[in-house]
Amino acid sequence: MATDPADEQLLDIRDLKIGVTVREPGKPPRDITIVEGVSCTLGKGKVLGLIGESGAGKSTIGLSSLAYGRGGVEITGGEVFVNGRDILKLSRADLNGFRGREVSYVSQSAAAGFNPAHRLIDQVIEATLEHGLLNRSEAEARAKELFEALSLPDPDTIGNRYPHQVSGGQLQRVMTAMALCPKPDLIVFDEPTTALDVTTQIDVLAAIKKAIRITGVAALYITHDLAVVAQIADEIMVLRDGETVEHGTTQQIIETPKEEYTQALVSVRSIIHEEKQPSQTPLIRMENIVAGYGRGPAVINDVTVDIYSGQTLAVVGESGSGKSTLARVLTGLLPPRSGQSTFEGRPLTNAQKDRPLDDLRDIQMIYQMADTAMNPRQTIGTIIGRPIQFYFGVTGKALQDRIAVMLEKIELPSDMANRYPAELSGGQKQRVCIARALAAEPKVIICDEVTSALDPLVADGILKLLLDLQKRENVAYMFITHDLATVKAIADSIAVMHLGKLARYGTKTEVLSPPFDDYTDLLLSSVPEMEIGWLEGVTASRKMQSAGN
Amino acid sequence: MNFRTIPVSAWLGIISASLFAFAALFAPLIAPYGMSEIVGDVWEPMSAEHLLGTDNLGRDLLSRMIFGARTTLAIAALATIVSFTLGAFLGMAAAVIGGWADQVLSRGVDLLMSIPTLIFALVVLSVMPANIATLILVMGILDATRVFRLSRAVAVDVNVMDFVEAAKLRGEGRIWIITREILPNALSTLVAELGLRFIFMVLFLSALSFLGLGIQPPEADWGGMVKENKDGIIFGIPAALIPAGAIAVLAISVNLIADWILNRTTDLKGGRGGN
Repeated sequence: MATDPADEQLLDIRDLKIGVTVREPGKPPRDITIVEGVSCTLGKGKVLGLIGESGAGKSTIGLSSLAYGRGGVEITGGEVFVNGRDILKLSRADLNGFRGREVSYVSQSAAAGFNPAHRLIDQVIEATLEHGLLNRSEAEARAKELFEALSLPDPDTIGNRYPHQVSGGQLQRVMTAMALCPKPDLIVFDEPTTALDVTTQIDVLAAIKKAIRITGVAALYITHDLAVVAQIADEIMVLRDGETVEHGTTQQIIETPKEEYTQALVSVRSIIHEEKQPSQTPLIRMENIVAGYGRGPAVINDVTVDIYSGQTLAVVGESGSGKSTLARVLTGLLPPRSGQSTFEGRPLTNAQKDRPLDDLRDIQMIYQMADTAMNPRQTIGTIIGRPIQFYFGVTGKALQDRIAVMLEKIELPSDMANRYPAELSGGQKQRVCIARALAAEPKVIICDEVTSALDPLVADGILKLLLDLQKRENVAYMFITHDLATVKAIADSIAVMHLGKLARYGTKTEVLSPPFDDYTDLLLSSVPEMEIGWLEGVTASRKMQSAGN
Repeated sequence: MNFRTIPVSAWLGIISASLFAFAALFAPLIAPYGMSEIVGDVWEPMSAEHLLGTDNLGRDLLSRMIFGARTTLAIAALATIVSFTLGAFLGMAAAVIGGWADQVLSRGVDLLMSIPTLIFALVVLSVMPANIATLILVMGILDATRVFRLSRAVAVDVNVMDFVEAAKLRGEGRIWIITREILPNALSTLVAELGLRFIFMVLFLSALSFLGLGIQPPEADWGGMVKENKDGIIFGIPAALIPAGAIAVLAISVNLIADWILNRTTDLKGGRGGN
């Protein structure tokens, strides 16, 4: 144990190397390095933000401070000192005593982290009892204090509920309470707010920040969102491909980033898009649409929106606001209960299977998950070529040429045509999906959260490509997203949806200029900005609470 | 594909299954005697002239085994093809079309499966004219119910993927969706199942022949040969055990191959980028 904690760093990672052995069928096993010589230190009560894109090794480094490697990952070199002892050298029994007591962990998906069969309180105090730190009634009292500190509603009774009886944001906070309960010295937060809605995210963020301040615990905060980490961290370490790119105080990283990669991360989403004015007649008008699934209640209620040729309508809202349902109505997969869509002035058949082929061709769709949107058994050439073959009857050499042209449009090399989707990166996959939609030469493309699953820099590239293609091909987009930064970057008009209704609708300038209605204000103010102290300013000035999440 | 990555068990399966296939293909060339030629005494023991001895009528057992392999394998293979074509197509169609078509097909299959297969086959075969075409069709249709359930289950999973929705939005017909979007993704599961179903066909055919409703004498087939020679067991004559053993060895070897194929396809799913 440390002699004098005040002199020592709480966490001291020295030249950490982490690798994994990949065993592909039919090939000899080979070693891959995930983390290559990362060092950092963390003092008591400090928060270090680890930031990077997927595959940067940030979660792996976070877990190494629990001396844990996920899924066959092995720590191959370096030292990790916690409270002055090298935890990589601990025996299995010592590790059991160490994990969950000195260092605890909060995962991204709280819903998957809780056992649905047990009450929250029993799971929150489990580690505390296991380590024999407190007796049952003391532990429950501590849990209730923590619930209070994390601004959970009904702190005295919420612990008696089961995981499915609280919302996602609440569950994430309960998980934080679980991590704090055994009074650890360090908590590893692994993307705790990434899976949450934007308005919920800031509540959870504020709660975590408050709890950290009250309990004086140190934290490693892992995220891909620089704006989020800027609110909570004292220091930030930027990682890329398992190496440290830049390490400095939050202020230095945000305001004066030194490295090019950090600068790119800081300036992401700075696309300037000049808004186009709506023309006289809309390309598509969806009028008084009411729709729902089966015999259930209406998911969207009396929604009227217009899409103009060559322009982008952004549909914004949180999960469950009905924005994807609106897209399904437009595609015809979900015929509306009432209301009518018109396309170039004539009524559009409600059900997709009754629509003429030309209407199908004119309305194309791009999905959120490019992985599942492409048949894994078809080559990229087949995937892009099929719409051309299907709608225009082009075959043979001419088809190959058209595929090459499409690949060029999405800035991918033409030899991609012979590869399979599994061989492509996330951003490349999404580009192929764009090419498939574009190959039909549509008048409108529905983009359903197309950038949500991508890293910020990759997402930025996709948005730029979409804007560029819009200019050249004069195609309209119906852009569904929960991310207001994306909306600001590409929209010409905006429809804000809340609980199945239009909360606000108009051109971008109209929608984004005050005076705001309460919901739009909440939504706009919830988008994290890359500015230190933004969180405090926002929570103080909001007009509407985000439904107790 | 790399030959060195094929496990020993699969090699065993491949080698012994190919031996059977070789015997079946070139039966007239390698069989020492004719199929129904009476060449000696009843139930002669193994000797240099008759490697496996003779059967209940004095025919050479080895020759009948070789010709029997031909009949057994050919009929089992044809019935498997019928069962797969029918079962896989209807199963995927049921999954893609859904609604009433799915209900009618699935409940029909449930009904057919609720009757014990062997008894059902016995009833049908004793009513229908006894020829090989009827036999293959009856076996194929009864077995198609199992393939139907499997392919429907696989297709239902694939059918909800975004790429199938994308194809529907494009306006593709059902035939395209079934053959181009769903079938390639269901194929690995189906191929593994194919081996198992083939073995069940061999067992099914042998059972029918043993009961006298399968291959009619004097044609040789393994199940029928067990029946012909079963009385010899009382006198300590092992002639019935040889075709029975052949059925067992074939079943095991095809299973070893099927296991390996199944493993290989699951490996691929886990190995691609880990998602």
